[in-house]
Amino acid sequence: MGAEFVALSLVPMLVATLAAIACALPGNFLLLRGQSLLGDAISHVVLPGIVVAFLLTGVTTTPAMLAGALAAAGLSVALIEGLRRGAGVEPGAAMGIVFTTMFAAGVVLLEQSGAAGVHLDVEHALYGNLESLIWLQADGWAALGDPAALAALPEELPRMALVTVIVAACIALSWRPLILTSFDEGFARSIGLPVRMLSAGLVALAALAAVAAFSAVGSILVIAMLVCPAAAARLLTTSVGAQVAFSLLFAALSAVIGYILAGYAPLWLGLPAAVSAAGMIAVTAGIILMLAMLGTRPKS
Amino acid sequence: MVDPTPFPIPEAAMTIRDLTVAYQEGRVLEGVDARFAAGAMTAIVGPNGAGKSTLLKASLDLIARRTGEVRVFGAPFANMRQRVAYVPQRAAVDWDFPARAIDVVQMGLYGETGALGRLTGGLRARAADALARVGMADFAKRQIGALSGGQQQRVFLARALAQGADLYVLDEPFAGVDAATETAIVAVLHSLRAEGRSVIAVHHDLATVPAYFDRVLMLNRRVIAEGPVGTAFTQTTLAATYGTALPQKVPA
Repeated sequence: MGAEFVALSLVPMLVATLAAIACALPGNFLLLRGQSLLGDAISHVVLPGIVVAFLLTGVTTTPAMLAGALAAAGLSVALIEGLRRGAGVEPGAAMGIVFTTMFAAGVVLLEQSGAAGVHLDVEHALYGNLESLIWLQADGWAALGDPAALAALPEELPRMALVTVIVAACIALSWRPLILTSFDEGFARSIGLPVRMLSAGLVALAALAAVAAFSAVGSILVIAMLVCPAAAARLLTTSVGAQVAFSLLFAALSAVIGYILAGYAPLWLGLPAAVSAAGMIAVTAGIILMLAMLGTRPKS
Repeated sequence: MVDPTPFPIPEAAMTIRDLTVAYQEGRVLEGVDARFAAGAMTAIVGPNGAGKSTLLKASLDLIARRTGEVRVFGAPFANMRQRVAYVPQRAAVDWDFPARAIDVVQMGLYGETGALGRLTGGLRARAADALARVGMADFAKRQIGALSGGQQQRVFLARALAQGADLYVLDEPFAGVDAATETAIVAVLHSLRAEGRSVIAVHHDLATVPAYFDRVLMLNRRVIAEGPVGTAFTQTTLAATYGTALPQKVPA
């Protein structure tokens, strides 16, 4: 574990871990509210936003993509809420309608606009590009203390770290109101909690985490991290605090173990190439969820 | 601001004027006028679909009302939240939620702690006392999903007690509970009344109305009758409220 690890693997592993944690945090509360599908929807509806942002600005810079994706996420949340509250459509159906329509619109835009030529393609949207986050300027662990090398860190790392901190801080500050509204919305309203704002805020946090994670790890990993760690932790715990703590542990474990398996397992098996890191991380998260299910007896 | 302790016995715990609520399917409540006496226990009675729960929810700003004005202890509800404890129907929440009985009761302390305030020893004791008052002290650490329906209803009542309110608004507190729980809840509600507090409850079992309650509001989309049980709860008003579908026992 020397220079090669720091240059090639350290940054992708950190980005994957941070992305997993940022997604798993809001995923816990989406799960408690029976809204896990919302995370699934979010991670798909950001595609048209990203394409439109590219068409408007002509560049693939982070702020532009983030703005476009957030706008698309905001639009879809408004559409889902509108269908749900306005037209009385059942929540799952409302999400299904909006999410497929938005994703389809994104694909059509992508195909028609020529954006497919510039680093925006369906494969990229699904699997991300963890493997490309290499830190060539690093020649060993000493690089962590070298300003010149640190300046050349892939920008995904500080961005993902910032988003993770923002998501964690928001969840920590609204911890009690989030639990209260998740458990008993009527009571929460009666004591004056801004139920609708909390609900929209939670979705916005999940969207922020999903969008930030999207370009690095792709939508498959985003969906997996919004759902799997929280679902596994839910099976093993009896309080919200413990559930969130375990989900973060599972998220980090999935990222690290999944990344290592993707990079090295094919070598151990004598296969020629590595497999997708994001895909392997999602598989690991799924395996952890399966183990959690096997480890708990069904409630009678 | 609001002073939660003294009881200057105002004329009414809650007054409702010209309340109309409409869902997509049409009007549920039409021009409801009601006055709930302070220091008394009032039952809201009426057939299924009469709008009993809707009346409570609209009064407490949980759902939108088309017209109407609601006053709690003489002021708009928004200014009086601290003096009101609302107990939703037990079926309104997911009891598989990861929480213990005491965790749910402590939710009633949110008015004191806010989002970030510390749960002091005094507040913890208040929650524990509330749980003990409904006979659930031994179940504090129990997962709420592992409790019986009656025990869950008692936990809900304990959360309301922890709020230390002056007006208790309960939506079907006796629905699907065992006899022991019903007795325990009635005892607690009567003790609240003895302390000068006010209780409003949606109630289904007509047979127990005279024994449990002082006053009654007969409702079927509009107010049919209102007043002390002795004068307002009669064969005539029952017939007018229920029409032909008269008094079966508690609907399951």
